[in-house]
Amino acid sequence: MHESSIPFIYNLTILVPVLPFLAFALIVLWANRNKKLSAGLAIGSIALSWLIGWAIAFTAFGAHEIAEHPFRMARAWLPASRAWQAFGFMVDPLSALMLLMVPFVCFLIFVYSYGYMGIGKPISAHDQRGWPATPGHVDPLASRFFAYIALFATGMIGLVLADNLIMLLIFWEIMGLCSYLLIGFWFARTYDDPKKITPKEAGLKAFLTTRIGDTLMLAGILLLFAQIGSLSFNDIFRPETLEHLATATTHLPLVGPVPWATLIAILIFCGAIGKSAQFPLHVWLPDAMEGPTPVSALIHAATMVSAGVYLIIRTFPLMAAVEHGPALQFIAFIGAFTALFSATIAVAQNDIKKVLAYSTVSQLGFMFAALGIGAYIAATFHLLTHSFFKALLFLGSGSVIHGMEHGHHEGEQETSRRGDKETRKQGDKEVSGGGHHLSTHHLSTDLPAFDPQDMRNMGGLFRRMPRTAWTFIIGGMALAGFPIVTAGFWSKDEILADAWVHGHTVIFVTLAVAALLTAFYTARQIVMTFFGAPRTPAAEHASEHDSIFTWMTIPLMALSVFAIGFGWVGIPTTFPVLGQWSSNPFHHLMGSLAEALHIEAAELPFAATPLLTSVVVALGGLLLGWLTYRRVAQIGQRIGDPTWSPLQMPDPLARPLGRVYTVLQNKYYFDEFYGRVFIKGVQRLANWLFHFDDAWVIDPIVDGVGRLWRRLSEWGHVFDERIVDGIVNGIGAVTAAVGSALRFIQTGRAQNYLLVGLAAASVLLGVFLVLPK
Amino acid sequence: MVPLTWYLVLAAALFAIGMFGVLARKNAVAVLMGVELMLNAVNINLLAFWRYTALGELVGHAFAVFVITVAAAEAAVGVALFIAVYRQRDTVNVEELDAMKG
Repeated sequence: MHESSIPFIYNLTILVPVLPFLAFALIVLWANRNKKLSAGLAIGSIALSWLIGWAIAFTAFGAHEIAEHPFRMARAWLPASRAWQAFGFMVDPLSALMLLMVPFVCFLIFVYSYGYMGIGKPISAHDQRGWPATPGHVDPLASRFFAYIALFATGMIGLVLADNLIMLLIFWEIMGLCSYLLIGFWFARTYDDPKKITPKEAGLKAFLTTRIGDTLMLAGILLLFAQIGSLSFNDIFRPETLEHLATATTHLPLVGPVPWATLIAILIFCGAIGKSAQFPLHVWLPDAMEGPTPVSALIHAATMVSAGVYLIIRTFPLMAAVEHGPALQFIAFIGAFTALFSATIAVAQNDIKKVLAYSTVSQLGFMFAALGIGAYIAATFHLLTHSFFKALLFLGSGSVIHGMEHGHHEGEQETSRRGDKETRKQGDKEVSGGGHHLSTHHLSTDLPAFDPQDMRNMGGLFRRMPRTAWTFIIGGMALAGFPIVTAGFWSKDEILADAWVHGHTVIFVTLAVAALLTAFYTARQIVMTFFGAPRTPAAEHASEHDSIFTWMTIPLMALSVFAIGFGWVGIPTTFPVLGQWSSNPFHHLMGSLAEALHIEAAELPFAATPLLTSVVVALGGLLLGWLTYRRVAQIGQRIGDPTWSPLQMPDPLARPLGRVYTVLQNKYYFDEFYGRVFIKGVQRLANWLFHFDDAWVIDPIVDGVGRLWRRLSEWGHVFDERIVDGIVNGIGAVTAAVGSALRFIQTGRAQNYLLVGLAAASVLLGVFLVLPK
Repeated sequence: MVPLTWYLVLAAALFAIGMFGVLARKNAVAVLMGVELMLNAVNINLLAFWRYTALGELVGHAFAVFVITVAAAEAAVGVALFIAVYRQRDTVNVEELDAMKG
């Protein structure tokens, strides 16, 4: 490609990640006192990023040579043995596709956050920093929130544009930091239930869990550098380099000779396991729901968890360097297992965000399974569609939660008004006051603390929050893979078709079952949340009339367009009837990249079995879910019966599944297991080390040295005072004594002096005369 | 011709008188005058030695003229000092001028 033929717009690539970073810096250093300005800066910067990103993406889609010759802008930056590490960005079809999704979804989430954080609302005097704001008020730390999410956007955009693994790792870690900060955004929040994880702990958990993967990934990157002396994607993916990595072996203890490519691929994949919350490091993601909901959308849809999948797609030539090697098998196994495993957990969760969290883990498992069986393009496609509809679902759930909180607030005001009246009546009868206090006390102890995220407390929200409900249902349909219409169908179908056509039957069956469960729990979620009669006063009073919901529902609508429409860019040309109108641009684009990287990715022949399977599991799952939970939805609220709470209501699955249901509800006891095995051990080790340090060895040594030194210095003090000072003072005293003895000869009279002079001269003269010559 | 010894005796006497003036007089002006006598005693010595040992070279005269010049300058400075002292302390009694007493 000639210099002159590079479209100008590519030169703006660096602005895409830098603009949100500037917003972050400006908010932190300057604008943080003004919440509206901070939010405006963040939204404005991401809007610019989005526009530039789309301009670059669409320019790249139109250019055929971009796959063969990606655009690069790089500056030598870190000297590293033989070569310089570059600070560089690149645009190729994969980056361009990510640029299509990431800044746009980030922008929508930022806009949503404007409403979610209550920007423009008054500050409540009761709100504390590090706690969620009361409904109808602005979060006291809203500026900080916008700074963090802007930095988060920088991390993700930089990651998808990075042209080498070091850059990728840097942005990867920026996101790790931001996820810690954002999950723990409500750092002061505590719960009555001591078992419930607090945001602070959840942030720590996320950070430490992903750190395990990151460390292994760093090891992989360093091994790669040691082997080939460069980390630029351009160098790594040269056929001769990959050939070298695939043939050169290293001897691992217990395993035997292993090709370098396999070892490095597995280590790098471990990073993806942590970041994308795959089994066995999946535990952090559901707890990450403690963060504000836009964060959940940001982390669980558009950015961080996608980063793991993106990493594997980006380094796919390396993963596949050994054909059908253990690295790919490992990826496929972990992915398929996680897909099924977390789908089963999602079925038994009652927290609206937890269901979505496990569904995310499951869908990411789909993508990894697809990558493991070589369905490179299908995985990318699912990554993008999933980002759109999962962001939609999370934002929708945030809207539901806000609606419930508003409803709860309103319901409480009503009961307290009613309570006031009763108190007044009581006050008429009894002279003593304090009835109001008693009545509120009564309310708060008898019922468990109200949880606006518990789906059992909802019901009947469809009529009260129609915009949220419609968009949420669209997102849910896309997640379930509702045939033909939704994006999720096309991407999931392609994964299943790939597995079937290439004969990966076990993977195919596993994913099909996972897809069935996905449709089932989606139906369950939608039915329990939106249909039937409201089961609590909060659900009865829920509404989306407040002005913040304008900011929150517009992104929902924009995302629902993509949750449906984005699937259409990837309709296979071999699909019956619809295929003849489809040019499958997505496959074209990614196919050109696959060709440039020598990855086999031909368009699949049509197969009826996977298509039928995906239609049946999607519709069947939805139907089963509806049939099972339809009756639950009908159970209305029994107002006036203080002994009844929707939380006592048994789940229809609880009886038939029996103990299995409890296991699912407790997430296979993974947290407990890790708690016993790893965390207890680490805590015990830490405790032992603490004693080792503080009581047994290190501190006593330090104290001993200190005491010894103290004694030495005491001795030195005496020496100094007696000897050194004695000498100095002695000299002074002698001088003073001599001085005062001699002062009387200083009469001040010149004649005396002269007389002395004369006497001295006479004596000298006498001596001179008397002495012999 | 008068022998050299006479001159030397005269100069020694003059020097002793001058020294007595310097050491014993109380008036500062008298002390200064003593100094002049001592200087001129030296001059007599210089000229006498010249006359008797180095006739023909002009060294004795030269020294004497220098001494006279220096003496004149010294007298000028000395008198000026005394005037200044007198203005300050209303006395030129050297026994009272003992500001340097230790």
